[in-house]
Amino acid sequence: MFGIHYRLERKSITLVLAIMVVASIGGLIEIAPLFTIDETVETDPNMRVYTPLELAGRNIYIREGCYACHSQMIRTLQDDVDRYGHYSLAVESKYDHPMLWGSKRTGPDLARVGGKYSDAWQVAHLTNPRSVVPQSVMPKYRWLNTTELQTTYLGEHLKAQRDVGVPYTDAMIANAPADAVAQASPDGDTQGLVKRYGPATQVRLFDGDKRTVSEMDALVAYLQVLGKLSKAAQAPEPAGK
Amino acid sequence: MDIAHSTLVGFSKSFGLVYLLAMAAVALAYALWPRNRDRFDKAARDIIEDEDKPWL
Amino acid sequence: MISGLTLSERQAAIAILILGTMIGIVMAAAAAMRADAMEIHGYIVALYSLGLLAVVLRGYFAPEPDDTRLASYYDDPSKAGIILSMAWAVFGMFMGVWVALLLAFPDMTFDTAWASFGRMRPVHTTGVIFGFGGNALIATSYHVMQRTSRARMPGQFSPWFVLLGYNLFCILAVSGYFMGITQSKEYAEPEWYADIWLVVVWVTYLVLYLRTLARRKEPHIYVANWYYLAFILVVAILHIVNNLAVPVSFAGAKSYSAFSGVQDAMTQWWYGHNAVAFFLTAGFLGMMYYYLPKRAGRPIYSYRMSIIGFWGITFFYMWAGSHHLHYTALPQWVQTLGMTFSLMLLIPSWIAAANALLTLNGAWDKVRDDATLRFMMMAAVFYGLSTFEGSFMAIRPVNSLSHYTDWTIGHVHSGALGWVAMITFGSIYALVPWLWKRERMHSPALVEVHFWLALAGTLIYVFAMWNSGVLQGLMWRTYNDSGTLTYSFLDTVVAMHPYYIARAIGGLFFLTGAVVGSYNIWMTIRQPAPTVAPPGDEPVLAHLEPAE
Repeated sequence: MFGIHYRLERKSITLVLAIMVVASIGGLIEIAPLFTIDETVETDPNMRVYTPLELAGRNIYIREGCYACHSQMIRTLQDDVDRYGHYSLAVESKYDHPMLWGSKRTGPDLARVGGKYSDAWQVAHLTNPRSVVPQSVMPKYRWLNTTELQTTYLGEHLKAQRDVGVPYTDAMIANAPADAVAQASPDGDTQGLVKRYGPATQVRLFDGDKRTVSEMDALVAYLQVLGKLSKAAQAPEPAGK
Repeated sequence: MDIAHSTLVGFSKSFGLVYLLAMAAVALAYALWPRNRDRFDKAARDIIEDEDKPWL
Repeated sequence: MISGLTLSERQAAIAILILGTMIGIVMAAAAAMRADAMEIHGYIVALYSLGLLAVVLRGYFAPEPDDTRLASYYDDPSKAGIILSMAWAVFGMFMGVWVALLLAFPDMTFDTAWASFGRMRPVHTTGVIFGFGGNALIATSYHVMQRTSRARMPGQFSPWFVLLGYNLFCILAVSGYFMGITQSKEYAEPEWYADIWLVVVWVTYLVLYLRTLARRKEPHIYVANWYYLAFILVVAILHIVNNLAVPVSFAGAKSYSAFSGVQDAMTQWWYGHNAVAFFLTAGFLGMMYYYLPKRAGRPIYSYRMSIIGFWGITFFYMWAGSHHLHYTALPQWVQTLGMTFSLMLLIPSWIAAANALLTLNGAWDKVRDDATLRFMMMAAVFYGLSTFEGSFMAIRPVNSLSHYTDWTIGHVHSGALGWVAMITFGSIYALVPWLWKRERMHSPALVEVHFWLALAGTLIYVFAMWNSGVLQGLMWRTYNDSGTLTYSFLDTVVAMHPYYIARAIGGLFFLTGAVVGSYNIWMTIRQPAPTVAPPGDEPVLAHLEPAE
């Protein structure tokens, strides 16, 4: 036994290996089983994926660092549930690459904010939070109204999402830029979009401005779908929980 | 996936504990091994007295 | 700087810098075609490489160093690392005060995108953790590994490559956040190309460390090196796994994480918590186990305890990450495991803190007179307090109150300001006179001023955040008699206002201390070198200047 320790100390490579073995075991044991978690948590075959416009909105949410102040994870605590709605289920963030569960609530949780406020309220609030909530400490995001949404490469975004496991079809990828515009243009041709993403797809003039599809359109479209991609939380009681 | 979730979880829970105890035993034995004492004491003392050039 | 490199090293530097310039131009050109923000990063890479290329070329024809250099340690990169570390400290802490003020006065964004809290917060965290902390770790690790191995580093080029390459990563990270380039993974926000670059730098760092250890004349590897080595190794593992992602295009910054939902959350907090463990703890414990005994002139109280503590931390920490996800959709058994190991983690943590304080037992007169040693002592105290608090907050019912509130922010800062920054300042104040061959710091009185500013700032900050965190947590869960929630979310935001102002004041104290420290270090370096070189590192007691 002494010999082993002796070598462990003398040979730096052995020290390196020992550190790696000891340090990686905890992570492996906790993380590896999670990749088989689909077998035990609730499933939702009808769960839909983000539309291109919503995904673009989600990327704006990430770009602006919204996750630094808003969580998207309602805990299984009574006051969390009373304040924000049904606790979050694992399946609801199944297509979230990356997840945006957050770690701090400087502002309220947003996991089920979809449909809670009108589009007009969201736009006014994002443009100047203190115009609708005087005591708010949120920054203003006025420029989102005037910045045109970059839709050209949305197909590549969907393809990258498919590469990491989100079931986007070839048709969705091919039509991504058009679908993004269609979702914010209720007067246009939205049939293809609704066919691909389902009848629950919200097609509206999110920012109230007909002229362009702005970043505000995308962000509001994303906020309005939060908590609505899956109906698992509305089911009687999810299996296996 | 071929491996069932319960198998992996079971392995995690049982192996984790055995591993923890074995690791602790090895680390403690090494640190407290009587014959290592002099070397450790020397190592602790040596850094206080090091001179400012490498040994050639 | 260049005169220390051999001719072949200068040529290698030129080759790599030309390659870097070309990569930068390719990045910029590719991104420009898509109007992608990565274009700016291409220019930054190219300019950074070109700037360094100019420095190398200017010194190219300087005479080569002769073989006498091999009879001394190579400390130029450590010196540069200390200066960079202090520069990042001032920048990162300034950004911290700014974002703190944003929460009290939200219209300080001037209606711009880059100045919003969401973009600037990671600038602060990256600036202090990776800029200030990372540079200090690299600089001190170079110093410690050579001394404890009693061997010079194997070459002059790779230490510069690691230090300057690492700073390029930090610059890409921070400039990216201002432009909205982020992966959103906390403390791992930089995008894929910056991540790949960090892997290259980090592997070079590991190889450099191992090569120096392999050259050691002292058969035993001193325990500080164990901690530095664990820091380098485990950060590599964490960084690679957590940043696995698929780029949308190689001509753009955006990528999508390979993991989603619950797996992504667990991977992220396995990373996040172990970044605390192996970046902010193991590396700085390495610092403590070398500089504290050196400065005190006494060997570490128990070398055995340092070994037990080492394996305890290496083993336990890796399990603790899931305590960031209590009551979430993460399976409960993983949460319980995280909580259990977080509690057990207290043992090795307190072993380290006790070891440091017991080393000072019998030398309290030095602690009283020497602010540098007092920085290290106070760091050990805060380390003990923060690890106790951390284990406490990992208990599920406690966490149900503390999570999502400022209590977490207070906890992090008692560790970051009280432990990490204080051990770093203490080590730097000990190291600067040794490296620059000065008798002492320019002004011991200013070290004293820095100590009290840092301590006052930390206490104000931590108490403000404890108050606001506990208050907000309690308000969130208060019910009235009719069984409905008493306070709206907005009520709790309003209640935070005074604490946010207090927090900014605490941060301002700490920032002022860092500015004073930077000035003192700068003046120490600028002092004319002594005509008679003082004896080397060893006369520790001679450096103990009483406060004036």
